[in-house]
Amino acid sequence: MLKSSPFHSRTAPLMQADQWRRWAGYRAVSAYEMTHDREYLALRNACVLIDVSPLCKYHITGKDSLSFLNRLVTRDVSKCSIGGMLYTPWCNSQGKIIDDGTIAHLSENTYRLTSAEPNLRWLEDNAIGMEVKIQDVSEEIAALALQGPKSRDLLMTLTDAPLASLKYYRFVNTSIAGVPVMISRTGYTGDLGFEIWLESSQASTEAVWDALIQAGRAFALQPAGIWALDVARIEAGLIMLDIDYTPANKAMIDGQTSTPLELGLDWAISWNKGNFVGRKALLAEKQQGSSVTLVGLEIDHKEFERQHNQLALIAPYPFTAWRTMLPLAFEGKQIGYATCGVWSPTLKKYIAFGHLQSQFAINGTIVTIDLDVDRYRRPFNAKVTKLPFFNPARKKDVL
Amino acid sequence: MNNHKYDAIVIGGGHNGLVNAAYLAKAGKQVLVLERRHTVGGATITEEVYPGFKYLIASYLISLLRSEVIQELELARHGLEIMPLESTFVPLLDGNYLADWPDHDATKHEISRHSKRDAEAYDEYSRTMRRLALAVRPLLDLIPPDPTSVTPNDLATMAKVKGTLSGLRKDDFYLLARLMTMSAGDFLDEWFESTPLKGTKATSGIIGTFMGPRTPGTGYVLLHHYIGDIDGVFRAWGFARGGTGGLSQAIASAARSLGVEIKVNSPVAQVIVKNGVATGVALENGDEYFADIIVSNADAKRTFLKLVDSKNLPDDFINDIKRFRISSPACKVNLALDGLPEFTSLPKGKEALLRGSIEIAPSIDYLERAYDDAKYGGWSRKPFMDALIPSLLDPGMAPPGKHIMSMFVEYASSDLEGGWNEEKKAEFLDVVIDTLAEYAPNLKNIILHKHIMTPWDLENTFGLTAGHIFHGELSLQQLFFLRPSPQWSNYRTPIQNFYMCGSSTHPGGCITGAPGRNAAMAILEDRP
Repeated sequence: MLKSSPFHSRTAPLMQADQWRRWAGYRAVSAYEMTHDREYLALRNACVLIDVSPLCKYHITGKDSLSFLNRLVTRDVSKCSIGGMLYTPWCNSQGKIIDDGTIAHLSENTYRLTSAEPNLRWLEDNAIGMEVKIQDVSEEIAALALQGPKSRDLLMTLTDAPLASLKYYRFVNTSIAGVPVMISRTGYTGDLGFEIWLESSQASTEAVWDALIQAGRAFALQPAGIWALDVARIEAGLIMLDIDYTPANKAMIDGQTSTPLELGLDWAISWNKGNFVGRKALLAEKQQGSSVTLVGLEIDHKEFERQHNQLALIAPYPFTAWRTMLPLAFEGKQIGYATCGVWSPTLKKYIAFGHLQSQFAINGTIVTIDLDVDRYRRPFNAKVTKLPFFNPARKKDVL
Repeated sequence: MNNHKYDAIVIGGGHNGLVNAAYLAKAGKQVLVLERRHTVGGATITEEVYPGFKYLIASYLISLLRSEVIQELELARHGLEIMPLESTFVPLLDGNYLADWPDHDATKHEISRHSKRDAEAYDEYSRTMRRLALAVRPLLDLIPPDPTSVTPNDLATMAKVKGTLSGLRKDDFYLLARLMTMSAGDFLDEWFESTPLKGTKATSGIIGTFMGPRTPGTGYVLLHHYIGDIDGVFRAWGFARGGTGGLSQAIASAARSLGVEIKVNSPVAQVIVKNGVATGVALENGDEYFADIIVSNADAKRTFLKLVDSKNLPDDFINDIKRFRISSPACKVNLALDGLPEFTSLPKGKEALLRGSIEIAPSIDYLERAYDDAKYGGWSRKPFMDALIPSLLDPGMAPPGKHIMSMFVEYASSDLEGGWNEEKKAEFLDVVIDTLAEYAPNLKNIILHKHIMTPWDLENTFGLTAGHIFHGELSLQQLFFLRPSPQWSNYRTPIQNFYMCGSSTHPGGCITGAPGRNAAMAILEDRP
């Protein structure tokens, strides 16, 4: 009953341990190998290929497409020239976040918006009275994320496109194995990386996949799944819908909603571009200050280990990210909650996302998080830090 | 002549009568239930009309049964088992279909075949309806207050009502006010664009009511059907093992274990009233039974216009009861089948859809036309059907390899022009089968036996006035503190010691047990 990605004919045979999961109604890979260790290590040290086709994609065309997008999202889309992309959240009129994604300026009056959840209805409702056409192209466009320090070297063997000089959040149109593709310098890993967009026919997807895998042999390319991606995106301080925030149109009560300001996305709000959905509420929040703030947490893993050792146990490392809400306390009183956490093999730290009452969201503040030590639940210190945890220069560098 | 005196007598062994009796007995009362038929359950019944095939001749599904009733009367211990219906299948004549699966993604895929926009709206619609239902649900368990009254009891209950509703988000409150006053059709038009989706969603607004999906007020009925849940899943319907008769047997067993005495084949002719106080009942055979508390599980019209001498009732109350709207459009059809119906539009590999609801409701217009045909004393030329194949859920319902199909059918007027008779029944039964056979062409070849309960039969068999399955319309003018009559919505009546516990009282019809339970609370308030 789940939909298969356009790359299924290539990804399915690689699956070793039946570790499939759901992603937006699609069958997606958690990890191809028995564990995701090698997939993560390849992501940070070589390169990985991740099928991200389940992303929702919309083509927005027409005379009013720019004013429509500028009304819809919080960032100023007019700053995005043709060949450029930008990341942005969008909100309802109360300033509560509905989704976040990217906008690519494909050509004059033509944009592509990606989102985690289907947004067709929200887009259409906000386009009333505008000369704009919104087309759901989610199933027509396949997408691969080629991420990691070697991703550029690999891609440069397959195309003559000027990838060496391609800047962060810019894209080029070229071809791989004779298939027209759009390659953007984007990703969800906080690393050097690209996303490759192409039409979803089986001939095209197989040709591109095969070419990448073939060329990838020289660069230790590893197909990877969501588990590896999840570790990387937490290190990179990137939020995830449904995990780190509940989209406003999915929330049962107001208390479940979040605003971009609460999620540390103030940089993604353009106050001077004119009105946009949620501006008034967000401006009021900016003036009064947010009640909640997203922070990074470094959990005291040494103490976690010590307490295990005391019981003659070896502390378990959370190699797979957890995605549950855990209460955070200060002097025994709950002052927030964590939404995800993982052991960072790169930083050798136990990191997590915390949503704290803003007065506690100060670097260096020590809060506590309850973790299980064998059969007992104990509070452990967690130090408030800035996000992202990991931000290598190669993410944005050009050759 | 029987001189034995009980604490309480319940007239009618329908599910609410049994629930009421059980709660009274639980509180230490000595209770007698008098049932006119050979078996208890009222319309909550399973009958083997055709040997080997257990027909659901009246009610067929359970959703709104209060979990309090299940827990407090320990119905599981007395044999109640409810199996959730997994899906809804809406076959269409153009070869397409719509399906609602228990899985979110699966349902979304089905809907997006019809409209991507609707697939997205559906999530939000379901969440909104769940929030509204959650807010309204506590009202089911309240003894309705009289908003004009300033007694401490009424004021306290009004405060509870206010408290319940003030938990709603602002926008939800406005939406609730609109939903309560608009038609299901208009409400659904605001959400969806695809025809079959609106059709199947609109059915919740018309089940059991003599209104079309475009009639204002059906919005409330829509919500009423969302209030039910099974294990926390709202708008879920379940099938009781053995049919709904299995449920009434479980309640009867619980009642008996609490000491309730149940006499079947004991039709009550009259409530005995002395000096404005009910003291007992007289059976049709002349037997009399006496008690301090008399409770009627019959509908309001039957109770006050037939079982009670009108001289004991104030005129304005009698007028309220006379104008209580109770015309009914609902029929039940049962088919004994030699195999499974083959729906032309059911794709291979999706046969599991036959285990859920099968709805003939291709569009709101279809439903509205079905209503149009019936509202002047006729019946739908193309009726709406909510069908179910219970033998796929509970093999005990039919002999091995055979099946039964239960169909809830609207509309056929209880006030049929020229009146109902056997010929008219057979004629309408053919209309129903012809309509269904358009979707499942092999149907006629596999029918072993067919059976219809028209409003006329429901009245004759169960004593439901006009055959109304809710004991009176669930329309706004007769809900909550207006049900069945203002000032007498709290299960009490103008006759002292005489109470109501049937679906003519708040919160109305469906197998809820709530009127029975609430009435017991009101009675125990008066006579602890």
